[in-house]
Amino acid sequence: MMVPLSWYMVLSLAVFTIGMMGFLSRKNVIIMFMSIELMLNAVNINLISLSHYLQDLRGHILAFFVIAVAAAEAAIGLAIVIALFRNKATAHVDEINEMKG
Amino acid sequence: MELQFYHVLIPLLPLIGFLINILLGKEVTRYQAHWPAILAVGGSWICSLLTLRDVLAGHVIDADLYTWILSGSFKVSVGFLLDPLTSVMLIVVTTCATLIHIYAAGYMHGDTGYYRFFAYLNLFTFCMLMLVMGNNFLQLYFGWEGVGLCSYFLIGYYFDKKSAADAGKKAFIVNRFGDFGFGIGVFMIFLTFGTLHYADVFSNASSMVGKTVNFLGMTVDLPTLIALLLFCGAVGKSAQIPLHVWLPDAMEGPTPVSALIHAATMVTAGVFLVARCSPIFNLSDVALNVVAVIGALTMFFASTIALVQNDIKRVIAYSTCSHLGYMFLACGVGAYAAGIFHLYTHAFFKALLFLAAGSVIHAVHTNNIQEMGGLKKYMPVTYAVFLIAGLSAMGFPGLSGFFSKDEIIWSAYASHSAVGKFVWVLAVSGAFFTPFYTFRVIFLTFHGEHRGVHHKEEHGHSAHGSGHGSHGEHHIHESPKVMTVPLMFLAVGAVAAGWFGIPPILGGGAHFAHFLEPVVGHPEFHGTHAEEWAVMGLSTMLALTGLALAAFMYLRKSELPVKLGRAFSVVYKTLYNKYYIDELYNFLFIQPTLWVARKILVGFTDAKIIEGVVNGVPRTIGIFSQVFRKIQSGITNNYAIFMAAGAVFIIALAILLRGSL
Repeated sequence: MMVPLSWYMVLSLAVFTIGMMGFLSRKNVIIMFMSIELMLNAVNINLISLSHYLQDLRGHILAFFVIAVAAAEAAIGLAIVIALFRNKATAHVDEINEMKG
Repeated sequence: MELQFYHVLIPLLPLIGFLINILLGKEVTRYQAHWPAILAVGGSWICSLLTLRDVLAGHVIDADLYTWILSGSFKVSVGFLLDPLTSVMLIVVTTCATLIHIYAAGYMHGDTGYYRFFAYLNLFTFCMLMLVMGNNFLQLYFGWEGVGLCSYFLIGYYFDKKSAADAGKKAFIVNRFGDFGFGIGVFMIFLTFGTLHYADVFSNASSMVGKTVNFLGMTVDLPTLIALLLFCGAVGKSAQIPLHVWLPDAMEGPTPVSALIHAATMVTAGVFLVARCSPIFNLSDVALNVVAVIGALTMFFASTIALVQNDIKRVIAYSTCSHLGYMFLACGVGAYAAGIFHLYTHAFFKALLFLAAGSVIHAVHTNNIQEMGGLKKYMPVTYAVFLIAGLSAMGFPGLSGFFSKDEIIWSAYASHSAVGKFVWVLAVSGAFFTPFYTFRVIFLTFHGEHRGVHHKEEHGHSAHGSGHGSHGEHHIHESPKVMTVPLMFLAVGAVAAGWFGIPPILGGGAHFAHFLEPVVGHPEFHGTHAEEWAVMGLSTMLALTGLALAAFMYLRKSELPVKLGRAFSVVYKTLYNKYYIDELYNFLFIQPTLWVARKILVGFTDAKIIEGVVNGVPRTIGIFSQVFRKIQSGITNNYAIFMAAGAVFIIALAILLRGSL
């Protein structure tokens, strides 16, 4: 039995929503990073499923790009978080407000 | 005949001289700066003589050197037109320039700006030669503005003196008014003919007859308009009423400058322009009458002002004004050749007058003739040449000025028009004033007792007990050879230059007029020999009367002028204050301009608009940023919510607009 496309879409939507809500509601920088990863992967599910459905390889290619960018982003982001943590001894975003205008 | 190498050298040599002195003057040539300058100008003098030889042989050269501007149908070349008129101007310019350069080497000796002075003098000569040699209106305009610029530089040569700097500005600004009209005139010529080349314009000039053009909402005759616009430029440059006010102030410049620029060459450019454009002026009686009347009025007013001035150079400056008036008067009655003839003789005797006056100033260190007197015995050469120049200027029979002035007065009489008669009366009255003011200067300067207190602070150690009284007169000495020798050469010119144009009635051949006839034509005069004798006799008699009156008032009854001045104090004051023209202009133009500048431009435009914008833009940005900075909360979640909301908004927009796009 084939899994219908809409299931994948709903899964993607659910994961994305979880990621988004996590990003908006949590204050810990690491958790927020994980939320971003969730959102990116939700997008990847969407891309792969549609790519398969449309029999078009471009979706796969795009997904690989997303993975690559996400890896880079995670590397840099974590480096920033570590640097921040060394200076401020916290990972709580409300305490990091140097950019306040 | 093709354009020869030495034709090109005429303007090129002074340009090279200028470049040498302006680039190397401060370091290399310094107090030897006169050598490149004099050699350059002397070289162009020799080339001018060769050119004159070519022109006398019957050649007329009109050749383009290279294309200067090419834009669509607008084509202007740098080119030279060498015809009789140009060659006369070349001789006048290069002869006077050479002698004055030599004189200046003595006069300016030891001045801190020595090289600068000679650089500008050479640049002036270059521009003047470009002006007279050009074969198109744009090159004329280039030279015209170039000489104006050099005039500004040289009037304001002593720029640390406020009056000199102001006089330079005044000359430049007053000339703007004239040149504005001149510029429009050149535009009109291009619009009408599609070219600025003399040959093309003048050969088609008659096609303008009867054409009208809408100018500032009025329908005016095209030839009249163009001629009058060109004449505007001439009025400014040649210091005619109403733009004559700059010339007397221009005397702030060093005396060689006054002699070269403000007597012999630049100020006569206006006359040259009118003569050069005679094919256009001839098409319009109105324009010719305007030229004649402006010239006659300037001649009259300037010579009356000159009667009472005390600054030796200013008297000669007003005399220049009045002689330029004579030249325009001649052009206005159609006797262009007479005007150019007077230009040519005037250059010699007026340059001589100025240089002799400079020699006097060099000796006594003052310009005020009331503080001179009795210089005859100390400066015999200067006295002799001053006397020759004065006699020539007043038209003493047999000297240069006599022939040219007589020809002008006769031309005015013989033109037999109402305007001709009017200007003739003024011209004859001028013949009376000229000797009076010229000899007033001579008598006050050279005759009688010395009245000056001569720089005791400089020569205090020897100012007493020397048998010459307490005035220290013995310090006054004749100028060095480098100054007096050019004076002698110019004196020869002042005596003999006019002999080329002796009228047939006196047994001459009027060679000058015949020489210029191919360029400016020959006026139609009606008059008998008896009338010609009578006119000549009348003006000569008046001139001698003026001379006699000056002698009576300033030699015999030297207290009389003061009494007369008191008795007719209104007249005296009016003349002494130059008819209050400066005050009038100050009231009519300068004060309103200053008012507009202070109240409107500074007070409103600058303070409100410019500064309003300059200060208002940052202030507005500041106000907005006070509001928007609150968005920059520093709370990461807020940013995330904005981003999410933005994304939702954009997606919603895309969905909603999908149908309509």
